[in-house]
Formats: sequence, C-alpha cells, structure tokens
Amino acid sequence: MEVFLEGVLWLFDPENWSGINAIPDRVREHVVYATVALVIGAAIAVPVGLWTGHTGRLGNLAINVGNLGRAIPDLGIVAIAAVLIGFGILPVILALIALAIPPLLTNTYTAVRGVDPEVRDAAEGMGFTGWRLLRQVEIPLALPLIFAGLRVSTVQVIATATISGFIGRAGGLGRYIFDGLSMFDTPRVVAGAILVALLGVLADVGLSRLQRAVTPKGFAAALAEREPSPAAKA
Amino acid sequence: MTTASATVLINWGWIGRNLGPIGDSVVEHLVLTAPPVAFGFVLSFGLALLARRYRSLYQPLVRTTGVLFAVPSLAFFALLIPFLGLSRANAYVALTMYTLVVLLPNIVEGLDGVPADVTEAADAMGYSPSKRLLKVELPLATPVIIAGLRIATVTIIGLVTVTAFIGFGGLGDDILTGYNRAFPTQIVVGVTLTAALAILADVALLWLQRAVAPWRQGV
Amino acid sequence: MITFESVTKRYPDGTVALDALDLEVADGEIVVFVGPSGCGKTTTMRLVNRMVTPTSGRVLLDGTDVAEREPAALRRSIGYVIQHTGLFPHYTVRRNIGTVPELEGWARARRDERVDELLDVVGLPPEVAERYPHQLSGGQRQRVGVARALAADPSVMLMDEPFGAVDPLVRSRLQEEFLRLQAEVRKTIVFVTHDIDEALTMGDRIAILGEGGRLQQYATPRELLSDPANDFVKDFLGEERGLKRLALIPVSEVSAEYGPVVYPDDDRAVAERSADAAGLDWVIALTEAHVLLGWISTHELVDGPMRDQQVRPFGLHVQAGDSLRAALNAMVTNQSAVAVRVSEGDVYEGLLSQQLIAKELD
Repeated sequence: MEVFLEGVLWLFDPENWSGINAIPDRVREHVVYATVALVIGAAIAVPVGLWTGHTGRLGNLAINVGNLGRAIPDLGIVAIAAVLIGFGILPVILALIALAIPPLLTNTYTAVRGVDPEVRDAAEGMGFTGWRLLRQVEIPLALPLIFAGLRVSTVQVIATATISGFIGRAGGLGRYIFDGLSMFDTPRVVAGAILVALLGVLADVGLSRLQRAVTPKGFAAALAEREPSPAAKA
Repeated sequence: MTTASATVLINWGWIGRNLGPIGDSVVEHLVLTAPPVAFGFVLSFGLALLARRYRSLYQPLVRTTGVLFAVPSLAFFALLIPFLGLSRANAYVALTMYTLVVLLPNIVEGLDGVPADVTEAADAMGYSPSKRLLKVELPLATPVIIAGLRIATVTIIGLVTVTAFIGFGGLGDDILTGYNRAFPTQIVVGVTLTAALAILADVALLWLQRAVAPWRQGV
Repeated sequence: MITFESVTKRYPDGTVALDALDLEVADGEIVVFVGPSGCGKTTTMRLVNRMVTPTSGRVLLDGTDVAEREPAALRRSIGYVIQHTGLFPHYTVRRNIGTVPELEGWARARRDERVDELLDVVGLPPEVAERYPHQLSGGQRQRVGVARALAADPSVMLMDEPFGAVDPLVRSRLQEEFLRLQAEVRKTIVFVTHDIDEALTMGDRIAILGEGGRLQQYATPRELLSDPANDFVKDFLGEERGLKRLALIPVSEVSAEYGPVVYPDDDRAVAERSADAAGLDWVIALTEAHVLLGWISTHELVDGPMRDQQVRPFGLHVQAGDSLRAALNAMVTNQSAVAVRVSEGDVYEGLLSQQLIAKELD
C-alpha cells in the first residue's frame, strides 16, 4: 500500500514536472499520438462507413473488419510495425491508426444502416436523395452510434499508445511504466499508470457527454438497445 | 533494432523446429484466458442476479465497472503491482475485472429481455420465482448471454498478450521476444495464433449460441 | 364461485384502479368485465389469482380468501389466458400445454395423453405438438394458449382479451368454438375485453366498469341493452343498441301472424278474399302439407286453381331459433316489410312484420 502512495506522491514531486521526461511533456506526447491517430483514422473510417452504410454495399466487409480488429492483438500490430519500419515513431502512429479504424468503421456502417427504414422512406418520398439524404437525415440519426464508435476507438488508441512505450524511441505515458519496470522503480510505474488511467477515463467520460449531446431527444431509449457493450481492448 | 530492410520473409524452418515451445505458448495463453473468463462469468452472474433483485444497485454498479473499461490494461496491471506484484494473481484479477465489465450489463439485459408476457404467464401458471428464473428466464436469456461471452472471451484473449510485460503473456511473450530479437517470424507467429485463437473461440461459442436456441428463427 | 367483497385497488401514485367492487360470479358462468382502458377490468381479473393484491376488501374463491392461499398453488389451480398468450418460446407446443401438469407432477404418459386430448378439443392437428410457438399462426397460438389453460382441468379460468391478437374472422370462429366448449365443460370464467360486442357475445352476465374503477352495471346482455343504468352505459353500448338487442332475441319469442295463405286447390276468389281481408295484394302459397312454395300477386291472378298460378319464391326464410336481427336482415334483403318464418323442411309457420319487431323494443 505504501508503494502505491509513493506512486501518488511521485506525481506531485516538482522534479518530475520539468526537465526531460517531464509529466507535461509525456502527457502532451500521449495526447498528440492519440489525436493524430484518431483524426486520420476517422478521416478514413467514417467516410467509408458512411458510404457503405448509405449504399448498403460491402456491408459484410465493414462488419468483418470490426471483428478482425477485435481478434488481432494490439501489441502485435505495434511490434510488427516497429520491426518493419525501424525509424522514428512512425510505426507507432501507423499502428494506432490501424487500430482506430475498425471500431469506427463498423459502428459508422451499423449506425447508418440502422436508420429506421421508414424514416428513410419518408425522407425519400419528400424528395431527399443521395448526398442531401445522407447529410440531413441519415447522419444526424446515426451520430450517436458513430460517437459510441469514436469512444471505443479512443479508449483503444489511448491504451495502445500506452503499450507502445515498450519501443525505446516512443514517447507517451507508457514510458513511465516501462522505464519504471526496467529500473525497478515501482512508484514511477504506479504514477504512470494513474496518469494514463485518468486520461482514458476522462476521454471516455468526455466523449460520452458529447455523445449524449448529439443524441436527438426521445431517441435515447431506442438507441440504448443498439449500442454495443463495452468491448474494446484496453 | 534493424531497419526496414530487415527480413520480412517468414522463417518456416524456425517454426518447424519450435513447434513445441510454440505449443507451450498457446497452452499458456489458454491457461491465462480461461480462469478469468470463467470466474468473471460466475461473478457477473451472481452480481446480475443481485442487481435484478435490488434494482437500485444496478446503475451505480454498472457505472463503476464501466469506468474500468476505459483504463488501459497495462495501467491496470501496473496499478496492481504494489498489491499483487508481478504475479499470475495480478493478471487474473485485472482480467476478471475486464470480463465483469462486459458480462454484467450483458447478463442483466439478457434476463430483462425476456418478453413481459412470457414472464407474466410463467407466474400465472404457478411457477415460483426461482423456478421461473431457472426454467423460463435463463433458457430464454442464454443466447444473449453467450453472445456476451463471445465478446468477453475474444477481448480477454487479446488482453492476455499484454501480460507479457509483467512476465507472462502466452503468445504475447512470443510477440515481445520476436521484437526484442528483431525476429519478425516470431512476432507473426504470436499475432497469427492469438488471432486464430480468438476467431476459433468466437466461432465455437457462436455455434453454441445457435445450438442452444432451436426455437429461434434466424438468430 | 368468485366473490368480490368491497374490493378497492389504489396504486402508490394515487390512481384508483378499482373502487369498492361488490360482485359475485356464479359457478359455471362467464362473467365479462368490460370498459374503457384504465377502468380496472384487467386488475379485477388479476386479483383472483393474486397477481395483484387488493388495497382493501377481499376476494373469495369458493368461500376462501385468496390471500390465505399459497400463490403458486393457487395459480396452478386457475387457468390463465392472455392476449399475447405468453407461450414459452423455448418449449414445444406439447411442453407448453403440459406446463401445469408437469408442475403438478403428472406422469409422462398421462401428460402426453392430456395434451393429445386438448389439441383435439381446441381444434388443432396432432402434428402441431412438436412445433415451437414461432412456427404457428396467430390463431393457432391462441388455441394453444387456451389448451394450456385447460390442461389441469381447472374449475376457474381467467381470460384477458384472449382473442384480441387475431383478425376478426378468426376471432369470431374462436369465440364460437369456445362457447361450444364452455357449454360442455361449464367452467367459471372471468373474461376481460374492451369490445362491447365481444362482451355481448361471450357473457352470461356483463360487468361494465367506468373510469376510476367503479362498477356501472352488472346484468345479463339483454337486461343491459333494454335497461341501461346510466348515460355512461348507454354510450358504451353504442348507437346501435336497438339492433344489438334484436340480435339477442330469438324469432320464436315474437308471435307471428298467420297471414293470407292459399292451398293448391283453392280458386281465384278464395285468394282475392284472403288478400282483401289481410289488406295485402298478395297471398302465400302452401302445399297440402303446409310446405312453403312462395307468394302470388293478386294482380297476376288468372282464373283457375292456385296450383296453376305464377308463384314467386321468398328470398330469405327465418327459423324459430334465428334472431330478430336476422329477420330484419331478411326483410331488407327481400325488399319487403315482412319476413317469412318456417320450421324444418320449410314448413310454414308465419309472418313477421316490422311493426311486430318494433313492438319488442318497447
């Protein structure tokens, strides 16, 4: 127990807030890695998800990408990337992007597909077609579930960014854990764990608030049934 | 560390020579997966029954466990080190918690999903509450519960690889060793077998899910 | 016998489902509880098998307060049929029907025999037994629901809109068949519906509940239609109250006029005299054996016996057991002011006129 408390104290030690390996730097690195990966991943996954959901084609692919993404271990992706691309943090970013895509793709596809066919029918009857249909009808109704996918991706990316710390040249909060483990400096390990846990939880809670904000009223109950259970790999 | 020109070709020879150790990794992976999933299931089940009896407990319980889901697994293992060291117990406790996160809401929703007119009819026929649970609600909730078990199992199989950092890992150990030695073959073996295990488990449980419910149209 | 002694059901949020109900259901009769939604009719039914407990007052089953009986045992002795049947999706039809016998510990053979018997009683083919509910049609599922309720041969049955989830054609058939069954088994039945026509068809007696769960009237269908207790009841019975009443009165209760009849050997003068006396311009042609042939217009009479005249048939005949409503229907169909009544073999019995029928409604 004392070791745990030492870890907490480590966080408040001003020495750890400046110089190389400083807390603010590591936090920033971690957030940057995650954000870059999520933005690029979303830029790829969401349009594809929207298109497959809207047209209904390649649906099986969209679902199976999600399933496959769950089956392949994150550690493996990072390791392979790191061995293939020996320089810089590029492999880490690439691995994170690859991991961010499946939940977003599957969820976006399911969300658009899941728009009540009667609503879609009514909209088409009123003259909505193609792009306008997507933008003004399907996307708003699909937004909550898309956000749920974003939550899953975010948690997964933050977690994998942590694991990536085992690559020497990578940054992020995982560094504290790995450095601590190799130096037998348990308080450092604990401190790093606390920081990354907080980051993960805050991100999740923040996004869930956002998700609720974009959920049309009166829709929440029906959607709760369709939201996937928390199944990301952390 | 090697550069991009590192050998990408898979060394089949190595695989052939090391089938034994590879097999051991697979076994260790399973040994790390099965107890948390099994115990997590039992724990979730008990808590689910409690949560249904005392409804006010449910929301706080789900919220607390839900928070755990956002904590990266490595951090979870790390946080347990002061208490459980780098031991199997550490891995088991963390993995059991992750199982709980998936299965608790899943089991409750599975039981709640039994149509109201069916439970009402069961009461009216003269089934006592415990008989009703056993003979009506559970059988009807089973497909949903097995679907949740599928998700939990696949998730845990993936998370077990992370235990490589606290000294275990099963196939995760191969991934890590492969990386440290700049030996892609071993990484690929680790990744492929982990994925294969996950897919096999998923398919096997899917088959079980279908087999258990002959009364359902489709799935 | 089921007795409601000043039963009130009030919920914590203040809604009163039932207000001081005093009512008795006699053995072997079907009492229908009917009323608008929220009037407490389903609550009343569920008080009998303790799915609901009264806030005050007692419910007695054969003299014993149901609150004193162990709930599961009580319910096993009462048949229960609800609108969406609540059939167990994971049991075959056979196992569904055999639910209560299984709970009561019947031997396998006895259960199987009973299931086969019941399938026959409710009009389902034997092969249905091994199917699952989702493989059956709505009408078939309702029948299984009824069979399940009858399985342990309870003396009391509770039925909540049991035929509600099927289309009107199937519903009429189910109602008819059930009434035929009830005529044989004479169970004590509490039947709930929101449909006044179903109530009038099924009930030996009808209890109309109003908003706030208050009993408005408790009477036989005919009494209800001829003497509605208040405006609520009148409104509930609907505008075609008169016609509905006619549907319940058999033709035999109305005295028929004999009218102007002629036989094959009668001559033209006889016909004209009969018609004159009755104030009509037609006569009714019968055979020697009084079998109805049709009618003859006096304007078309030619010299000679009746057997040689132009006889037109009547479009529709009614019999003693038909309702006055059917008689009215015959009149409209025949485009005449009278309906002709016959017995077996078209033996002529008399004429019914609109005035006679209207007199019944007073």
